[in-house]
Amino acid sequence: MKLYPDVRGRYGEFGGRFVPETLMHAVEELEHAFNEAWGDPTFREQYRQTLTAYSGRPTPLTHAKRLSDYIGGADIYLKREDLNHTGAHKINNAIGQGLLAKRMGKQKLIAETGAGQHGVATATVAAYLGLSCKVFMGETDMERQKLNVFRMELLGGEVVPAKTGSRTLKDATNEALRYWAEHVEDTFYLIGSVVGPHPYPKMVREFQRIIGDEAKEQFLQATGKLPDALVACVGGGSNAIGLFYPFLEDDHVQLFGAEAGGKGIDTDEHAATLARGRKGVLHGALTYVLQDENGQIQEPYSVSAGLDYPGIGPEHAYLASIGRAVYEPVTDQEALEAVSLLCRLEGILPALESAHALALAAKKARELGKGRALIVNLSGRGDKDVETLMKYKTAGGHA
Amino acid sequence: MMRLAHYITSHPERMHFIPFITAGDPNEETTVAMAFALEELGAQALEIGIPYSDPLADGPVIQRASARALTRGMTLRKAFRLVRRLREEGLQIPIILFTYYNLLLQLGENELSQMLSTGDIDGLLVPDLPFEESEALGALCRSQGLPLIYLVSPTTSPSRLARIGQAAKGFLYCVSSLGVTGMRETFHPEIIAFLKAVRHSASCPIAVGFGISTSAQVEALSGLADGFIVGSAIVNEVEERLPLLEQDDTRSEAIEAIKIALTHKLLPEYKNGR
Repeated sequence: MKLYPDVRGRYGEFGGRFVPETLMHAVEELEHAFNEAWGDPTFREQYRQTLTAYSGRPTPLTHAKRLSDYIGGADIYLKREDLNHTGAHKINNAIGQGLLAKRMGKQKLIAETGAGQHGVATATVAAYLGLSCKVFMGETDMERQKLNVFRMELLGGEVVPAKTGSRTLKDATNEALRYWAEHVEDTFYLIGSVVGPHPYPKMVREFQRIIGDEAKEQFLQATGKLPDALVACVGGGSNAIGLFYPFLEDDHVQLFGAEAGGKGIDTDEHAATLARGRKGVLHGALTYVLQDENGQIQEPYSVSAGLDYPGIGPEHAYLASIGRAVYEPVTDQEALEAVSLLCRLEGILPALESAHALALAAKKARELGKGRALIVNLSGRGDKDVETLMKYKTAGGHA
Repeated sequence: MMRLAHYITSHPERMHFIPFITAGDPNEETTVAMAFALEELGAQALEIGIPYSDPLADGPVIQRASARALTRGMTLRKAFRLVRRLREEGLQIPIILFTYYNLLLQLGENELSQMLSTGDIDGLLVPDLPFEESEALGALCRSQGLPLIYLVSPTTSPSRLARIGQAAKGFLYCVSSLGVTGMRETFHPEIIAFLKAVRHSASCPIAVGFGISTSAQVEALSGLADGFIVGSAIVNEVEERLPLLEQDDTRSEAIEAIKIALTHKLLPEYKNGR
């Protein structure tokens, strides 16, 4: 495997550790603890066991036959992360970091959340492991995602409203970092994506690569070869890295990431960080960032709250810069149409985030043509989005 | 560097007063008036904060100041022009720019070098740029003959403290409490041992900040550091007088009131001693 990040947590020029001095000790301590635990077979076994017995892994690889026929191109396979406990891939990482927190003797978890999926996963793991849990969530998002707020509270989590800035995921992350700086001596910050200061992007990748490891084995078993392409949606990018990483050195496997194109990347309302961002520092890492000409961070937009983030994981910035992975924007409208399609043709309601990947996959399947095959990461299920979908349907749109 | 070394010295008779204000909060006229008022109150250096959309090292008071200044369109470039104006109008004390790293990155090395070369500014302080990531900016500052001010906190490990203390120039900023900037009742329990350790490691003067808002706190820290930094407590006085500071005809009245309040709450020693 490629030897990155380097010792400074850099993926090429991206990544690193841009945090206030107060947090430096904590991220160094975390790095040592993670490296030690990940090198310990007992810890790995505990992690694998928990994924199996608690979250229901391995998740299946489903051949979407009717969808493939309808598209009329390459065969489409779905990696079913939607079938995980709590409904998305987020739990893989939450279990990994939760077990690590416990091993480090930390009794208090904090997390940030946008739509609430990572918050729910963290509150779930906190309950399972007997830890306390505070989830920072933008006030605007709390209003938009009332059900997930209630769900986190049912699980014993405390939801702390972030009332600064635009009151969404970016501000929730700021608040979590500020709280962590103040309570750093006994608190574990469980970041939900491959973002943040080193070692988070690496650690979260390692806890999510199970997706790609399983998919590779399952696809080989089913077809005797490797797929021609992989497709995943990218906000911070943890489900995408999870799928891509074990295939990085299989050069003939093309990698495609779907960014949230919102209402179009020529409008101000999108979250297409690689298409429209510039290099900058956000939440502890050097990466691509949506920002104005002075470096003030801009507010992203997407119909899908999980992709509504102005940055992207530094490893994706690196993969894009060397051309190993290609990232394309997918609009709200295209994603909503993909939801409809998968519901009707396969009987699966995908999360709006995953629907971005499906829309891009349909395009790639056509381009690749018959006789080829691709895997889409179906990163989550769409039960959480039913209210949003109803609104669009009532407004006369698709889905 | 000359100006900073002249004003900020080791083991001064009384601790140097280093105030912080946000550029453009709530307007440029106030920033200018505040700078001169603070110099009159005995400030030995002035930290000028550049507003940022995501100030993650700052507490609510400075976050709000940042938001107010951004609404009025303050930028790093405008702040440089504001500092030029302060010099033209005769401000003598050293000026340290306090700015988040992304703003410097977007300005670019060429323009930054050019702006630092005028001699108006005496140091940079970047709260989200730890020592390990500071090589490029540190070199750029050195080439312009001014220090990049480093921070250390009670959670800084002994080995890092030794390295940072060795490299520090200008002064070393000691974070008195964990968390973000803001007024506090108490400091970190290990504050005294921490400041002694920093004193031992540092090859330059040391200043303590984060959470200082009363003269009693200053008194308690006396002798343990060479300077004390006050931000939120000053910005808070500004915030309490926004309507007066907005108007040209009432601004100086508000500034006088702020001077009296700060003298009373923070600097009785200065009032009696000078």
